Amino acid sequence: MKFRVERDVLADAVAWAARSLPVRPSAPVLAGLLIETTSDGLQLSTFDYETSARATVPADVSEEGKALVSGRLLADICRSLPAKPVEMTIEGAKVSLTCGSARFSLQTMPVEEYPTLPDMPEATGTVPSDLFANAVSQAVTAAGRDDMLPVLTGVRLEIDGSDLSLLATDRFRLSLRELGWDPGATDVSAAALVPAKVLADTAKSLTSGAEVTIALATSGAGEGIIGFEGSAGGGVRRTTTRLLDGEFPKVRTLFPTEQQTIARVDRATLVEAVKRVSLVAERNTAVQLAFTSGQLTLDAGSGDEALATEQIDADVKGADITTGFNPQFLLDGLTAMESPVVELAFTQASKPAVIVGVDGPDGEADLAFRYLLMPRRLLS
Amino acid sequence: MRPPRPRAEPTILHVDLDAFFAAVEQRDKPSLRGKPVVVGGVGGRGVVSTASYEARLYGVRSAMSTAEARSRCPHAAYLSGRFDAYRQASRAVMSLLRDLSPLVEPLSLDEAFVDLAASGHTDFSVAGVTEIAQTLKDGVREATGGLTGSVGVATSKFMAKVASELDKPDGLCVVPAGTEQELIRPMKVSVIPGVGPATAERLRRVGVHTVADLEALSQDELVRLVGQAHGTSLYHLCRAQDDRPVVAEREAKSVSVEDTYDTDLVDRRLLEALIDRYATRVTERLQKARLSGRTITLKVRLHDFSTHTRSTTLPSPTDRTRTVSRLARALLAEVDTSGGVRLLGVGVSGLADWIQEDLFEIDGTLAEDEEREPAEELPAVDLSRLGRDRRWSPGQDVQHEEHGPGWVWGSGRGRVTVRFETAQTPPGPVRTFLVDDPALSPRAVVDPAAEPEATRVQTEVWGPSEV
Repeated sequence: MKFRVERDVLADAVAWAARSLPVRPSAPVLAGLLIETTSDGLQLSTFDYETSARATVPADVSEEGKALVSGRLLADICRSLPAKPVEMTIEGAKVSLTCGSARFSLQTMPVEEYPTLPDMPEATGTVPSDLFANAVSQAVTAAGRDDMLPVLTGVRLEIDGSDLSLLATDRFRLSLRELGWDPGATDVSAAALVPAKVLADTAKSLTSGAEVTIALATSGAGEGIIGFEGSAGGGVRRTTTRLLDGEFPKVRTLFPTEQQTIARVDRATLVEAVKRVSLVAERNTAVQLAFTSGQLTLDAGSGDEALATEQIDADVKGADITTGFNPQFLLDGLTAMESPVVELAFTQASKPAVIVGVDGPDGEADLAFRYLLMPRRLLS
Repeated sequence: MRPPRPRAEPTILHVDLDAFFAAVEQRDKPSLRGKPVVVGGVGGRGVVSTASYEARLYGVRSAMSTAEARSRCPHAAYLSGRFDAYRQASRAVMSLLRDLSPLVEPLSLDEAFVDLAASGHTDFSVAGVTEIAQTLKDGVREATGGLTGSVGVATSKFMAKVASELDKPDGLCVVPAGTEQELIRPMKVSVIPGVGPATAERLRRVGVHTVADLEALSQDELVRLVGQAHGTSLYHLCRAQDDRPVVAEREAKSVSVEDTYDTDLVDRRLLEALIDRYATRVTERLQKARLSGRTITLKVRLHDFSTHTRSTTLPSPTDRTRTVSRLARALLAEVDTSGGVRLLGVGVSGLADWIQEDLFEIDGTLAEDEEREPAEELPAVDLSRLGRDRRWSPGQDVQHEEHGPGWVWGSGRGRVTVRFETAQTPPGPVRTFLVDDPALSPRAVVDPAAEPEATRVQTEVWGPSEV
């Protein structure tokens, strides 16, 4: 194995591939990053049996071959290299890396013990990479983190023709993000439960190319995994991850069909106010929201501790309502929105509220992202 | 940044009861007075909790394995400890401290800080605080039936603690304001709180042995050596710059249930069943008080007296039995209980008056254990027997119908030997009985201040430090 490659291209690809390396690998080789050279160029891979990452990089290959080295060490080295071409060759049991006047000799691990990366399933369709990253970041807001409820640590990805939906819930709140995409076939219909952390990380890391290809096998080879492909630095980046087992709860019906009260509030003002009032009594307190005509009053704290109250302007239609939420859950939803104004819709104080973004005080509600939040119940 | 400044007058008092567990044993067992006594795990893998000063002469120390202690001091009395008696003595002392000042910060059963600035006293001259300390020591002796404590008074927590160590046992030491640095400079660096074996070793490698050596290092050097937070703290502490306040309540209010067993419990299923039972009791109490909580704590005391607390915090408060029980069980998995468990406790803190409702009910496929009703499937062991197992442990208080009160001197081969004496009697005679002698029964410590059940809404800190 011998090749020469641009420093920035290499460092970028190595950092991308090393990003999913396990912190505590179950076998030493899994901490490795596989370097392969073919006549097409250089290929960098990592795999921990759950998630695989493979980056192809244009390189000047003078000798084909492969080597397995510590991924974290290689990433650290590449990050600090000077801006000069990098040359790597195998020398016996070591890999030598030369860049300018810097020279490293890296221990190799046995290539033959490294697991084979799963093949990408057939491509199902493509989506603009920025849109996808944005949609995923909104959807994962409500994903659960409790490993005892593994199904809720995933994002349900639903494909129905040219509609793509992302759903996540930790059973206290629910996010639903809908977006259009370009399916390979118009009649395609599929669903998958993707680990939220991996999805968030992947979507964020594939924004350098214009679009992301989603590959989801419905049957046969590649079943049980999902693949994402994007481009960067003149090469291709592919990642696959194993899907979560289990039945995601039927949650779409939880969105109420009618509303008693609809309030529009300036988003930044509301975020600031919630942050301020929830400072009292640490994070054990709920924040109470009382909507009356033209006004929203926020309260937090309890009688024998600190109290906080604040009033802000609100455009309220319908009946007055007083309810309350876990301040963090409320903030998570509000900060996942991007529009200047938010609309909160209520049926009853004890029923879930729906939050959506609005592009202005008199604008249309943007239903592409909806955040459903269950209120608190007072015990006394 | 301004360095932390100690107070202008010595107003922080630190009290540390001398060889506390061993001293309580010597108080209640007249035949052991003046003799080496070791309290701790007496089993094969036991660890010393406390050694009396007589035993320390032979090199027996806290945290040493009991096996090593036995080889150094074979003739000592090895007792497995009576926590009820220690708690009772501790409560008497803490109540004296609270009479002195409302600002009392207990560190363990036998150790506390008191902020004298919050007391009624105003004379903080050396003579003035010496008098306060002396009165306190006399009070402790009286309230506990003869226990002694060492008292240190200084301008900061750090110095007060150093002072109480200086003159142990039965000591009294006041460090006048302005003399702190002079006092600690020649001391070993390990005198500084936070300098354990690892930090001490790191400092030793750069030639730092004493506090004065440490003072010679720049703040940057220290931070490089031991990290940002720790380095900054050491930089100030070695200059006796400490302004940490005395905090009356170290933990938020909590609701907890715990129980001690005479037999060390090993069976995992039994432990989990007990956790379910305690979780049920805790949440019943929460519900009755219309409260919920965010932090679930599990307390485990092992066969060797080491006490472990593990806790986890939820995103929102809960009052659900299943949630508390599920999380407490998960916490149990973090503790190695293979050697046996003496005490289990489940607590909920971070109390609130609301709960987060679910959007939907979770069915069995999502979380199997959510389906299961806790506390229903108790294993085929009679839990009620656990508290009164007839295995006599050395040091245990007993009552004999004919001979009266005494304590277990030792047992084995179907026999139990009892010495009949109490704190109020001279050293008494020894007699041996069959282990199942119906005339012999365990004797509980009578404490008027104790609550009837082990369930309580508590604000005190869990567990003694000497374990």
